[in-house]
Amino acid sequence: MRDKYKRIPIPVRYLINALLCAAFLVIVQSFISGGSISRYQSGILVQIGVYIIMAVSLNIATGYLGQLPLGHAGFMSIGGYSCAIFMMRLADKMGVETADLLIPGLIFGGCVTALFGLIIGIPALRLKGDYLAIVTLGFAEIIRVFMLNIDSLLGFKFTGGAGGLTGIPRYSNFLNVFISVILVCFFVHTMMKSRHGRAILAIRDNEIAAEASGVNISYYKTLAFVISAFFAGIGGGLYAGSIGVMDPTKFGFMESIEILVMVVLGGMGSMLGSISAATVITVVNQVLTSLSEYRMVIYALLLIVVMMFRPKGLFGTYDFSLSHVMERLFNRDFPKRKSKGARK
Amino acid sequence: MKKFFALLIVVAMALAITACSSSDSGEAGTNGGGVNGQSENGGSIKVGLLAPLTGDVAQYGLSVASGAELYIKEINEAGGINGKTIEVIKYDEQGDATEAVNNYYRLVDDGVVGIIGDVTSAPTVAVAQASVEDNMPMVTASATDPSVISYGSNFFQACLNDPYQGTTMAKFAANELGVTSVATIYNTGDDYSIGCNDAFVEQCNELDVQVLSQEGYADGDVDFNAQLTSIIASGAQAIFCPNYYQDDGMIVTQARTLGFTGSILGVDGWTNTHEYTDPENLYDCYFCTSFAIIDDEKINEFVDAYRAENDKDPGNFEALGYDAAMVLLNGIKAAEDAGLEAGTDDYKQAVIDGIANGTVAGVTGEISYDGTGAPTKSIMIVSLDSGSPEFYMNY
Repeated sequence: MRDKYKRIPIPVRYLINALLCAAFLVIVQSFISGGSISRYQSGILVQIGVYIIMAVSLNIATGYLGQLPLGHAGFMSIGGYSCAIFMMRLADKMGVETADLLIPGLIFGGCVTALFGLIIGIPALRLKGDYLAIVTLGFAEIIRVFMLNIDSLLGFKFTGGAGGLTGIPRYSNFLNVFISVILVCFFVHTMMKSRHGRAILAIRDNEIAAEASGVNISYYKTLAFVISAFFAGIGGGLYAGSIGVMDPTKFGFMESIEILVMVVLGGMGSMLGSISAATVITVVNQVLTSLSEYRMVIYALLLIVVMMFRPKGLFGTYDFSLSHVMERLFNRDFPKRKSKGARK
Repeated sequence: MKKFFALLIVVAMALAITACSSSDSGEAGTNGGGVNGQSENGGSIKVGLLAPLTGDVAQYGLSVASGAELYIKEINEAGGINGKTIEVIKYDEQGDATEAVNNYYRLVDDGVVGIIGDVTSAPTVAVAQASVEDNMPMVTASATDPSVISYGSNFFQACLNDPYQGTTMAKFAANELGVTSVATIYNTGDDYSIGCNDAFVEQCNELDVQVLSQEGYADGDVDFNAQLTSIIASGAQAIFCPNYYQDDGMIVTQARTLGFTGSILGVDGWTNTHEYTDPENLYDCYFCTSFAIIDDEKINEFVDAYRAENDKDPGNFEALGYDAAMVLLNGIKAAEDAGLEAGTDDYKQAVIDGIANGTVAGVTGEISYDGTGAPTKSIMIVSLDSGSPEFYMNY
């Protein structure tokens, strides 16, 4: 269907966005090598990147699919451990630098996590709401306890137990983390625009209507859950490389909640929301460090205020599109985008 | 409306980021002033202090920090190092490895010449790995995990490590108490407990002391009756209990209630156990530690100074914090004496060499290093027979 408005062709849209991303990477990287961004600040940037991946991946299950999993930290933990162990063992065997194995390592970590996502997803997604939350919560606890105790069961050093997996080469840096962020966001964005994404959104909006229209509910639910787990695994792998230590106690209940808070605060179903909330929360946490004890009070108040005045999160389901803004600039009488937030 | 809010958030984000960077540049500004000030009067030496000051393990972090700050205050009052005062930059890492590494980089950016920290094991390992790249001199007061010193020569412990404590208690049980069979109860969620337990069991096997049962419990457990019943049924003469004091207090109480009358042995996490159980239960209880408030000239001096500053008694962590500061400043003094310029690689190496070759008389004993980052110092056995800690013997 053609309309009278001047449109930007799809390839050009992608090109513009790709160029902007490349420009962002080049500029920030040159600041880092030039020394105007200190190592502390670039460390924070890496952390922001990791949490953007975590929030965007949880958003698939929470925002787009409309479920409430509480075990995202468990996936992060699996991804981190499997990626780090895979890279360290393989680098030893092959005699190469660990950092060279980053891409296979991340893919391996993602796949292992996706496998666990599948195992837990098939039974858990038969449940809804609170029940699903409790099952996934239990799953994350199992993972934590598993990582703590597997060594004494196996009888050799595998995950490092309570002392954590130590000696992981610190392979994450600004560049590889943000390239991953961009790839993850791109993949999630295109997936949600595809037939599969529409099916996932249809399940969220009305499961019965979706099923009546011929959408394979269990297939798409599991698919969304597995993809969510896959990217969480990649986020975990990058986390392991940014810290150098995997401590099983880190990935408890609170970590899952922290990621969920990012998604809910940003707006469920909005990628822009997840990205900005992950950024804001990480930065706010750092800025408030100097206030020590008052930090948690301010943090809690912030959440309460946002939830009172913006119950759908900061952005609701709104997603920013540069092309739409540009199109509106070209065509003065361009109609406003219809709100797609038909959630009840 | 949505756009308005979106805009509002973007503005808020921008503000947050500028606030963050401007506060950083603000700090950098004062630091710059410090460097300029150096040429005017004696100048200052920046020392970093990394500890969990909030969060679950804040109690240990605050203790270590207060001990370290006390020593630095005393040094400054006595005229500093070669006329330069010591400036402490303290960051809170909340007991989290991520925060610990972030704040480590922040300290490096601030231009510290050495760092006292970290406090708990996992964050310390993370920081130890990061610090190797900078060859930054670091002294941990309390991370007993033996792996923290394995990454580079720049990392030192002021405390004795887990295996050493476990081994010591096994020897003590066999040689001094004449025990021939033991059982252990330990926290399987804490590498400190596991490390001590493993070393204890290994040493017992060497000394032909029978280990009749090893009972684990999970972090946060409060009921130990099941484990203790099976220990008592095994007929062990002594129980080795290498945990932190809250748990130890409950274990002692429950063991005595169940009718166990033998010895109960602990490690340095036992410092405050006597506050968590009835004095009557504490007969035949011994633990090894590097510090306890006993009648000794040096210890009295430290305890008085600490009380004057903080209005409470110092414990193991405070004393180790004090000694960690002493070890680090001893290294810095060596570098200052050599007339090197702060911030250079030579200076860092000089501090490290100064620590490695020096000997300091700390409140937890004389500390020296024999080529590794682990200290050689004496360990003290404390008896709780009378209901409160009393010096029993040096071991």
